[in-house]
Amino acid sequence: MRYLLMIYMNPTVFESLSEEEQAAVMDAHDEFQKSIRESGERVGFAALADPANSKTVRVRDDVPAATDGPYLEAKEFLAGFYVVDCVTVERANELAAMIPDARLTAVEVRPVMDEAGMEM
Amino acid sequence: MRTEARLEDLLRQLAPQVLGALVRRYGHFEASEDAVQEALLAAATQWPERGLPESPRGWLVTVASRRLTDQLRSDSARRRREDATAARVPPDAQLALGPDEPDPAGRDDTLTLLFMCCHPGLSAASQIALTLRAVGGLTTAEIARAFLVPEATMAQRISRAKQRLRAEGAPFELPPGPERAERLRVVLHVLYLVFNEGYTASSGPDLHRSELTGEAIRLARAVHRLLPDDDEVTGLLALMLLTDARRPARTGPDGGLVPLAEQDRSRWNRDAIREGVALVSQALPSGPVGPYQLQAAIAAVHDEAPSAEETDWAQIVGLYDLLERVGPNPMVALNHAVAVAMTRGPRAGLDLLRAVEADGRMVGHHRVDAVRAHLLEMAGDADAARASYRRAARRTTSLPERRYLEGRAARLAVTR
Repeated sequence: MRYLLMIYMNPTVFESLSEEEQAAVMDAHDEFQKSIRESGERVGFAALADPANSKTVRVRDDVPAATDGPYLEAKEFLAGFYVVDCVTVERANELAAMIPDARLTAVEVRPVMDEAGMEM
Repeated sequence: MRTEARLEDLLRQLAPQVLGALVRRYGHFEASEDAVQEALLAAATQWPERGLPESPRGWLVTVASRRLTDQLRSDSARRRREDATAARVPPDAQLALGPDEPDPAGRDDTLTLLFMCCHPGLSAASQIALTLRAVGGLTTAEIARAFLVPEATMAQRISRAKQRLRAEGAPFELPPGPERAERLRVVLHVLYLVFNEGYTASSGPDLHRSELTGEAIRLARAVHRLLPDDDEVTGLLALMLLTDARRPARTGPDGGLVPLAEQDRSRWNRDAIREGVALVSQALPSGPVGPYQLQAAIAAVHDEAPSAEETDWAQIVGLYDLLERVGPNPMVALNHAVAVAMTRGPRAGLDLLRAVEADGRMVGHHRVDAVRAHLLEMAGDADAARASYRRAARRTTSLPERRYLEGRAARLAVTR
């Protein structure tokens, strides 16, 4: 089963960290990546640019319009994600807990929908 | 194309034999397995051009042996360079090789390899990956595509599994008596998981994944050939054939899931049904009955019914009663509730369903909501049925199931 581990970030929280603490967060990400690579659970990952770079696109009456900024305004935003392939949701939660941001803000674990299914 | 498929069949069939020959001769399971993969790849590119060698098996053993000895030599040379006390591993002792001709005994090591790949020290995911590569002869790329993970991820999973086997000191031999029976259950479970992975994907766009059913059936056949008197092996092969027989009818023209009751039975594979029924009829009367035989028997009753209405539900209830005693699990209990609803009415089924929920293991599982929705619909309670279908649709993590459940909910809204 594949899970999306969504890393939420709060810039105020992150900026309140000392330089060493910030560096430790980055190191912990490297460590986490290494660990899921070695366990054979890593499917993919990406770090996302700050939402200051976001455009939000809407089409109304067939007319597309792009506005600056994110779709949802919130203190926290999606800063990046990992996709992991693991056997149980418990394992996915365990992996999420290894992500340093889980200590600062939170990591949301969501199953990726499967193309396979059972007839009923 | 045809020759290509035949070549692939031949290579997959030879893969465990060649690996067995190498491990017997040299020990090193890990390195032998890599060497066999390389030899298989070499054969896949060279044979179509130059034609089949006189002894394909001998060719593969020779090529794989050469790769392996090269690898072991360079490994020990590296170790000598890296390690001043290199004398610990006298390389020539390891490389005291026999001549490069094939093992004339023609032994079939498939079973020994299966037992090894399904070592209890490995996770199910590792057992599956290693089985498909070492016994099935699939490449890492093929396995990765089938399981929708990057090739590097699958390669890592396989190499970790092999390291683990080495750490466990798993010997290349059949496990002794009582342990063998236990291990065989793991082997069968792994084949069952491979089958299900492919079967449930057969409605989707993941063609590589749905090919796993064929691979699982092929491996189950091999085990059945080697252990023809084991009734659970026979039962598992029968279950796979009887389930796979319905595959052509399980999806509609739009790719949506078609429930068993609504499937066009003329599209079921009659040959597979005949073979499956014959196997299960042979297994059931002899010896103690196990979960695979019972599940196969249930599948056979469905497959032999001319229509959903004419299904012998009383017999299915009886088989589920037995199955709940032999191999109880919440999914079995759920299907039991459906069968009871078909014989004694939806209210009786719903009563049983409450008992399943009280068990606790299925709390919040979409299948419970889906079954409840079907039973409520049978009972004529459209509002409650619709609510249950929607809850099930929100809870499932399968796209085709979600589409199916949303469709059922929408249909109830229209007919009201």
